[in-house]
Formats: sequence, structure tokens, C-alpha cells
Amino acid sequence: MADTLTLTATSPCYGLLPKTLGTCTLTETDLGTLTSVAPFKGAAISDALKAAHGMAFPAPNRATGKTGARAIWFGRDIALLAGPAPDPGLGDLAALTDQSDAWACVTLSGDDAGAVLARLVPIDLRPAAFKQGHTARTQLGHLNASITRTGPDSFLILVFRSMAATLVHDLVTAMESLAARH
Amino acid sequence: MRVAGKGHIDRNSTVHFRFDGIEYQGHDGDTVASALLANGVRLMGRSFKYHRPRGVLTAGSEEPNALMTVGVGAGREPNVRATVQEIYEGLEVRSQNAFPALNFDLLAVNDLAAPFLSAGFYYKTFMWPRAFWEKLYEPAIRRAAGLGALSGQADQDRYEKAYAFCDLLVIGAGPAGLMAALVAARSGADVILADEDARMGGRLLAETEAVDGLAGADWAAEVVAELAGMDNVRLMPRTTVTGAYDQGTYGALERVSHHIARPDGRLPRETFWRIVAQRSILAAGALERPIAFQNNDRPGIMTAGAVRAYLNRWGVAPGKAVTVFANNDAAHRTALDLIDAGVHVTAVLDSRTDALAQGDYRLIRGAQVCNSTGRTGLDAITYRTTSGQEKLATDCLAMSGGWNPTVHMTCHMNGRPTWDEGIASFVPTAGSIPGMTVAGAALGVFSVQGCLASGADAARTVLKELGQSVADVEIPVADDAAYAISPLWAVAGKGRAWLDFQNDVTVKDVKQAATENFRSVEHMKRYTTQGMATDQGKNSNVAALAVLADATGRGIPETGTTTFRPPYTPVPLAALGAGSRGKGFAPERHTTSHAASVAMGAPMIEAGLWYRPSYFPRKGESNWRQSCDREVGFVRNTVGVCDVSTLGKIDIQGPDAARLLDFAYTNMFSTLKVGRVRYGLMLREDGFVMDDGTTARLGETHYVMTTTTAAAGQVMRHLEFITQVHHPEWDVRIMSVTEQWAQFAIAGPKSRDLVNGLVESPIDNESWPFMACGPVRVAGIDARLFRISFSGEHAYELAVPARYGDALFRVLVKRAEALAGGAYGMEALNVLRVEKGHITHSEIHGRTTAFDIGMERMISANKDCIGKTMAARDGLLEDDREQMVGFKPAGAIKKLTAGAHLYSEGAEAVPENDQGYVTSAAFSPDFGHYIALGFVRGGAARHGDRLRLVDAMRGIDTVVEVCPPVFIDPEGGRLRG
Repeated sequence: MADTLTLTATSPCYGLLPKTLGTCTLTETDLGTLTSVAPFKGAAISDALKAAHGMAFPAPNRATGKTGARAIWFGRDIALLAGPAPDPGLGDLAALTDQSDAWACVTLSGDDAGAVLARLVPIDLRPAAFKQGHTARTQLGHLNASITRTGPDSFLILVFRSMAATLVHDLVTAMESLAARH
Repeated sequence: MRVAGKGHIDRNSTVHFRFDGIEYQGHDGDTVASALLANGVRLMGRSFKYHRPRGVLTAGSEEPNALMTVGVGAGREPNVRATVQEIYEGLEVRSQNAFPALNFDLLAVNDLAAPFLSAGFYYKTFMWPRAFWEKLYEPAIRRAAGLGALSGQADQDRYEKAYAFCDLLVIGAGPAGLMAALVAARSGADVILADEDARMGGRLLAETEAVDGLAGADWAAEVVAELAGMDNVRLMPRTTVTGAYDQGTYGALERVSHHIARPDGRLPRETFWRIVAQRSILAAGALERPIAFQNNDRPGIMTAGAVRAYLNRWGVAPGKAVTVFANNDAAHRTALDLIDAGVHVTAVLDSRTDALAQGDYRLIRGAQVCNSTGRTGLDAITYRTTSGQEKLATDCLAMSGGWNPTVHMTCHMNGRPTWDEGIASFVPTAGSIPGMTVAGAALGVFSVQGCLASGADAARTVLKELGQSVADVEIPVADDAAYAISPLWAVAGKGRAWLDFQNDVTVKDVKQAATENFRSVEHMKRYTTQGMATDQGKNSNVAALAVLADATGRGIPETGTTTFRPPYTPVPLAALGAGSRGKGFAPERHTTSHAASVAMGAPMIEAGLWYRPSYFPRKGESNWRQSCDREVGFVRNTVGVCDVSTLGKIDIQGPDAARLLDFAYTNMFSTLKVGRVRYGLMLREDGFVMDDGTTARLGETHYVMTTTTAAAGQVMRHLEFITQVHHPEWDVRIMSVTEQWAQFAIAGPKSRDLVNGLVESPIDNESWPFMACGPVRVAGIDARLFRISFSGEHAYELAVPARYGDALFRVLVKRAEALAGGAYGMEALNVLRVEKGHITHSEIHGRTTAFDIGMERMISANKDCIGKTMAARDGLLEDDREQMVGFKPAGAIKKLTAGAHLYSEGAEAVPENDQGYVTSAAFSPDFGHYIALGFVRGGAARHGDRLRLVDAMRGIDTVVEVCPPVFIDPEGGRLRG
């Protein structure tokens, strides 16, 4: 018989965040349940997703929904449902895979947030080109990342959980460089 | 010498700095060059080859002479142009290439030896004997000739890289660039305006010409202020655009903190930008060219434009009695400006016989300067007219051979400039860089009025191309004087007339190159070294090829130019490689047990990007082998715990999941029962082994595959390729879950005891036999349990969501220790698998087949799979191929090492006699001796043979016995226990 045992959960950026430097703040973000939704052939996934969670299946480089319940485009014909536990009915239409523990999720916000990312991310993140609700799978330094604009000066950034320390190191280095300019 | 009432410097400020240990004072706004000239210092460096005394030639980034070392200590920076470095309180600069001191340089004997050091000297003299080159000649030459040196210590300063995007990149903020930026910005375009100078305005800062009734510099300041206030404009001062690349990408170097006395330590020294622009306007201006004459390199001789810049921008008169030597009207402004400022002008010597005086000064027409005197600074010149030679006392000569448009960047993508006879210079060829328009002096438009109009025109053109509306911007009224030039490249005469100051190349050297048949401009460059080093021939290029054209009897356009390549000005490697050192070199992947392992004192080793514990030392253990042997003992005798989360895990779901696995693996997975695990082998398309691992069937249409740590990405890519390319019609989805699960091996005779202490419903051999898998609950958490073994023992792998990994690992270790076991690391893991004869990528290294590793029967005859056909090729199933075997010591030396090669006993250890090699070796505590795995020709049939083992790297030469690769428990009784 199993004896009394409790396992304490540790978040990916435990002990590393939050950090505020200059105008920018970097915090770990609890997105709730993360589920990759990879539709099977011919599935009417967008309708089902709307009915179950209130957002459409996102087009490439777009995120649908809002804070608390988002669907973030995550690759070829894949969305990451962030927030609610997936409606079990979706399982008939798509491969659902729990990713809640697989990603380090952080939010970078502040006046210099765009300038900080411009030190690390090779794509055009200007507000006119990368608007609220836009998302990209791209690189952040050496890391493969998912980056979504969540506000005029805030970005949601996801990288592999194992790379949390490197993510924080790279972002903090860039934040320091910007802070030192003020 | 400062001139009252002139210059854009802050005269109320006092800045102290040191040059060669002597303290000087300057003002905010000064460069090292302007401040030294203001202090009467003309001698600023020694030349590269002959160690001749040199002063500034220019006032800009093209400076060839005044190269200095800035700063002290590890981060000191050599070859900084004194004309670019801004002064700040406490700045330390040193001259270079002089021994023992700048004003008394022993190596100046090179100058006396000049007749022997002409072009091609090195090639001719040091060819023979060959061996002497590396040992003797090159070190000696390097010591005598050269530029500044790095400190040799690691530079601790920060550097940075960054990306920027815009509709329009304007390169250069002179009249043309400012006007272009203004028109585009007012039209609403997203504009980046980059200028290499600290202050924007270009030549408007260095001249006295008015714009719209304002002083040029004031007009520039107004425009810059307007631009700075606009959201759609980014001003980038101190930023040199260094190169034009594909798809509208430009490289740019921003000097972030070189001008700050005590910068915040977090501030980078430089930022290397990659700017992606829809369009660009090159308004980089023009560079004035010197005229070659005998001894034209003395301190005090500089370009006329530089003299005006020092006077008008920095309020410095570079001499007390200045002479102007020119072949064009524009240079006459020098005399007017100097006279206006109260500086004595001895004369204007104009090589044109029809030159007109533009003011009240002594003009000598048809005059050419033919020599100069003054040991460490100019004291007199000699000039020649039709009536003979005259000597003239002067301490500064302002020379102008005309202006060269800055065409460099237009040539970065193989473009060649076009010769323009009217201005006796090369101009950009339209369309050389896609998306780039050239404006202003860079286009050969030399009047201020012309530049303003040209900049506005360029912006309008670009805006129309971008489909943007064009704001109505009036072009200001400014000076529109004619340039009027008659070419003069080199004054005829004896002695050395310098073309390339930085490389000490003279007119004679270029002529000699032509004589020796180095007639192509590219050959001449390499033979004479003209156009090399930090200035890349900016000051000498056109004149040198004009001399070459003359010497070879060709025209200048036929002679052509050498190739201008990026970067336009030097870019430190530290900036190009910014961020890629220390923790920035590569990402680190940490398992959830990382912190606990480090706390236990485990040395971490890198496995790809992952960090894994090597072993867990305990008190009293003095070397790793003791820890490793103990940890092996845990697994063989009680229970050991190891984090195996780094193995790749791929979730496979869909109606065609089984089909995909049957196609990817050599063996069958469609027949695997739900709740069972199977070992699988995967081949590449060429039939060689790619990877191995276990795959569990969690449901009818749901599998989870494991890969090796090393091949996780490769296997994922392979499955993507199959599902996207080979069989896009299959309904199956794959998803990496490597990061989702923290997975721990629990191995050893007592492993089930440990597992049963954790899971809510206990298991036994009936409910959970070898190769069973399924869901379990641990502390109220949904987990997965697999009964699989890499060690050969009764073992499990327990997977929990990664957030619980840290907590579970600590519990597992504690409970294993309570059972007289504990954590084990990579060293023990390796020993255990070698004992069991399990392969890793040491064995499946890319050149081995399933046949070679004894697994050819795993290629199912009942289905097709990737690599099946190719694995059956001739030669891949021959009995004399190198086949996997085990080795035991059989000689006096008992140590076996991976990488050693095998030969027949008594055979010479040469490649022709090679019988195979060792891939993995370990000391086995269970057998009390070394064991090894490897490959031997026809090895499967040679068990019991003795072979000579030679490890040339480690100096081991011994004898081994070939044996089956599975050392421990070949029947597998322990697995099923």
C-alpha cells in the first residue's frame, strides 16, 4: 500500500522570476491547462472549438480567444488550447495531448518590451506588423519559441520547459542592456 | 589652436584625457583628433611599413593615419581612428606601431631601407629558403610592420546584436539624407535614419554654407529635432551601415558606449544591427582625395575638407600659416573660411592655369606642390610653376584632388561603379542593390542645393514605389556653386609620393607593379597592398588606379576598380559574435531533477544540450570510479534511481497510428497489445540504423514512442517527413511530449518494492509483467508506469507530469536509499548497459546495419518499412562485415578503451591490417575487470578468438578475447524476476 505521500508542483521558472529592469517586467505566467489540438482529417474542428470553448481554430500566425482561454497557432495544423481543460468531445475530432507541463510560459511587458525582443528575435515585431492576436513560432536567441502579442507592450513567450533558465538568462541580459540606456 | 567663435563644441565644458601618458584638455563635442590638433599635437602615429611620422589626413571614418589604442586592460581596443573617437573625462589613448616612442621611433630605419622595401619585396626576398618563412621572416616582419594589438586577455565587455525593420532606411544624415528622411517621415513612412557620426548633419557641420538663411548646422539641427519628435522615425547616430545584403538586409554597427566615461556595466560597447528595409536611400556623401607628390605624408598635410571641418566644426586651426593646394573650385572655400576666421593663408596653389580667385587671397595658378620638409611636422613646401620652383614656409597644407562619391555599398552585391568624366570620379550604377536609391554627393551631386533636391527626389521616388502618398515638402534654398575640376592624380617628380598612406604605397610602387606585369587592378592591389587594412583604400583607390591606368596606357574606366566588400568600416568580431559566450554560447536543457542532483554534488555532463548527472559522490569516495561502482551495485543488488527524461517521447494518435509505426520501425507494432511495450529499431532510407527505442501502446489508436536522447529531434523530423511526404493520406498526428513528462528509471531486484510504496494500487508480476505499461496513480496524480529495462535488471520507468518531477525524484532517492540503494548517474548507466550488451549511438553510429548489430531478424518479412530494400543491398549482408561482439582482457594490460583498434595477434598495427574497433568500454564491478563492445570482421563467428588491441592515442597495446556482446544474464531471467 502506498503511504501518505504528497508531491509538490514546481513551475518551470521557479526561483528565476519575476524580474523588473528599467521599464520592463518579466513574469512567469500560469496559462492553466495547455492542450495541443491536432485535428484529424476532415474534422470540423473550428466549429467544435467555438461551441466548446468560444474561439475559432486559429489561422497560421494568429491567436484566437482572450486571456484565460486562448487558442494559439502552434505549427502546421496545430493549435495550443491554453486555459480550459479540453472538452472531451474534441478528442473525436483531434489528437489532444496534454502539454501543461511542457512549456515555460512567461510574459514580457513594459515600454521597452519590443526593444528587448528586437535583441533576440529575428522577425518583424513592430506593432503594425505584429498586432495584438498575432503569434509566431520563431527563434529567441538559440531557442525555438512561440511568441504572441497580448497587448500594446506585452508579449507571451513559450519555450521548452527544460530551457527556462536559458530563456530567463537571455531575456534578462537584453533587459539589462535596455535598462542601462535610460 | 582654437579659433574664437567657431565650432559646435561646448566651450564651457572641460574634458581631460591622456595621449601617450600626457594629459590634454578638450571640450564636449571634440574627437581625439580635433582635441589633439587644438593642443598643437600634429604627430599622431607611425606608418605601417616605414614607420614614417604621420598626422591626421582626414576628419572622418576614412582616416588612414591616426589609428590609436583606446583604453587599458583586457578590453583595450586597437586601431581606433582618432577622428571617430569622441573624448570623455579620463579617456586614455595610445599611439601604435612606434618603438620606443612616437617622436623617436627606432624602427624608422625601415624608412632608410626603403629602396629595398618596394612593392613585391616580401614576395621576392623571403621566398627562399621556404622553411625560413614561418620561423624567421614572418615573425620579424610582423613585429616591425603592423597595427595595434589586442590585449591577449578575454574581453569582459558586453556586445549585442539586434534586429530592426523599416519602410525606408536612410544611410547618412547630411543634407541629402536629412531631406530624404524628412520627406519620407512627413509622408508617414516608417523611417530609420542612420549616421556614423555622433551628431547628424554631415558636411553641413563642417562647412559655412547657409540653408534657407540659417547656418547649415542650425538647419540640420532643426530637421533632426523634428524627426526625433516623430513616432515613425528612428534616429540612429553613431551607427555605421556596414554592408548591403540580400532581400533588403543591411548590417549596421552602433557604437553604444565608446563615448561614455564610466558606462553602466550592463551597457554594450557596440550593437550590431541587422536592418531589414523595404527600400533604402544611400546618402553617404563623398570622400576627398589627396594628391600624390613627394613627401605628401608629413603631419600637417591633410585634405582641404578636413581643414574646413576642424575649423568650422571644432573651432581648431590646424596651422598658423595654411597653404591650399587644389585642382577644383570647391577647395577654395578653405581659404575663405580660414581668412574669415582670422587664420593666415599663405597662398592657394591651383594646378589649373585658368583658376579664378574667389576672394582676397594670393592665388598661384598652374602650380603643383612637388616636395615638403619638416621631420615630425610640416615646415615648408616646394611648388613648381612654369617659371620654376619656389619654397614656401607653411605648417599646414590643405590639399584637394577632388571628391569621390561613396559608392562602396552599391558594390556589395557585385555591382560595378560607372566612371563620370565630368567630375573625374566613379559614381554608382543604378540598380546595383535592389531597393536602393542613391542621393546627394554619393551620386556625384556636390552642391548643397543639389544634395537637398536629390535627397527629396529620392524619397519621393521611393514613396511612390511603396505606394505611399508623398507629403508636400519645400526644398530649402542653399548654395549651388559649380564644382569645376581638372584631374590631377600625381605630381611628376622623383622621390616617394604617397598614394595609400595606410599601407605605405607610393606612385612608384604602382608603376613598378605595372612594369612587372601586375596590370590588372586586382593584381596591383595584391602586389602592392594598396587598398588593404582598416581604410580599405578609401583615400587612395581612385588615384592608385588612375596611376595604374596611366602606366598601362589604358583609360580609367577600362582599368576599373577593385571590389568593394562589406564591411564599409571595421566591425569587431566581438560585435559579430555578440552574446555567444559563457551562458550565451548554447542553450542549456535542465531536467526537473537538475537542482536536486547538483545539490547532491553530482558533476553534470553535457549530452547534446542536456545536462545530466555523471555520478553522485558520497563521503569517503575519492574518485568517480568508486561512486560509479557503488551505483552499479545498487542496480544489480538493491535498487537504483535515474532520471531518463531526456529520452525523446513522441505521442502518436489517429486511425493510422499503427500503420505509421509499422512503416517507421523494422518490426511490427500493429500487433502490439494495448498495455504493452515493444523494443523497436528504425532505419534510415539508406538501410543503415537510425535509432532504437521502445514504444508503448496506450490505446487502440494511441502510442507513445521513445527515442534516444541524441536522436530525439532527428526521429521527430523523420516521422514528420513520413507523414507529410511519403503518406500524407494517413490520418495520424504526432506530437513531442519529451518536455511534458518527467520520467525516472527504477531498476534493481527491489524496484517493485519501491514502486509499490508509491502507487495507489500495488502491482505484481502477474498484473505487470516484463514489457507491460499503463496508467497508475501516485500521490493523487495520474502517472504512467512502464516495465522496461536498459540495465538488464527487473526495472520500471515511472513518468509524471514534469511539475512533479523535482518532488518525485527527491522521494525516489530517499526511498531507494532506505532500501540500501540510491541515485545513479550516467557513468553507472553506461556500465550497466555495456554489461547487458545494449547498444547506444556509440554502436549505431551511422555506419552500421541491423545485420552488423545482430538484429537483421528484426526486419520483418511481413511488411515494408523505411530502409528495408536498401538494407538488403549487395555487401550489406556479407559474413565478413564488421559485426558487433564483446571483448574481455586476455593480455598483461587489462584496460580496454573505446576508440582502440584491433589486429590479428602478431600483425603490425597499420590500417591495412585493421580487424575492427572498440566502441564502448567500461570497468565492470560485477566481473571485476574491463569489458567492451565493438565491431570485428566476421565477428559473430569469432567468439573465443584472441586479437591485438592497440589504442594509439592512449598508448595501450594488449590482447583481448572476442566474446558474445551480452555479458550479464544472457537468458534474461533477471528482467522477468
